Amino acid sequence: MRAAAAQRTQTSSLTYLLCAVAWFVPGAGHLWLGRRQKGIVFLVALTLMFVFGLWLEGRLFPFDMEQPLVALSAIADLGVGCPYFIARLMGVGRGDVVAITYEYGNTFIIAAGLLNMLVVLDVFDIAKGRK
Amino acid sequence: MIVFSLFVSIVFAVLTRDDPKEQIVFGARLFGGFVGAGILIGWLLYPLPL
Repeated sequence: MRAAAAQRTQTSSLTYLLCAVAWFVPGAGHLWLGRRQKGIVFLVALTLMFVFGLWLEGRLFPFDMEQPLVALSAIADLGVGCPYFIARLMGVGRGDVVAITYEYGNTFIIAAGLLNMLVVLDVFDIAKGRK
Repeated sequence: MIVFSLFVSIVFAVLTRDDPKEQIVFGARLFGGFVGAGILIGWLLYPLPL
């Protein structure tokens, strides 16, 4: 089921606002466009994935430009939006390098961020009337 | 691996398919593919030294 709002081509500024909202709250862009089922699935799945990564002792990487892979990981982490900032404010995500689940946790956190970036691109396509 | 495959399959299926039935079928295929490929690659790497 699609709401009429989702079928109209959005104006350019609204499209970018939609993308920003979709990035900040996973699934919010789809919810805004009336695609409730997709929005709720993204909100739950991506947030859970991120939390799971933190629970597995994953690390929120710093923006260290001297280590390009760390910087890229930081960008991927940031992709999940609001949960990233909440985790930072709560002081979690320091990561425990010696934990056996450390790399698994990082994978969950990074993948959640990258998947949310794909979700943002989907919102952009829908808003532009391509889907 | 199974939990990771589950999350990624759900997101990809919902992202690329609009019909709920198609989402379930595609998600299940994707999940099976991820888990199957993981087990297969694991066994292929088994004889290699660490």
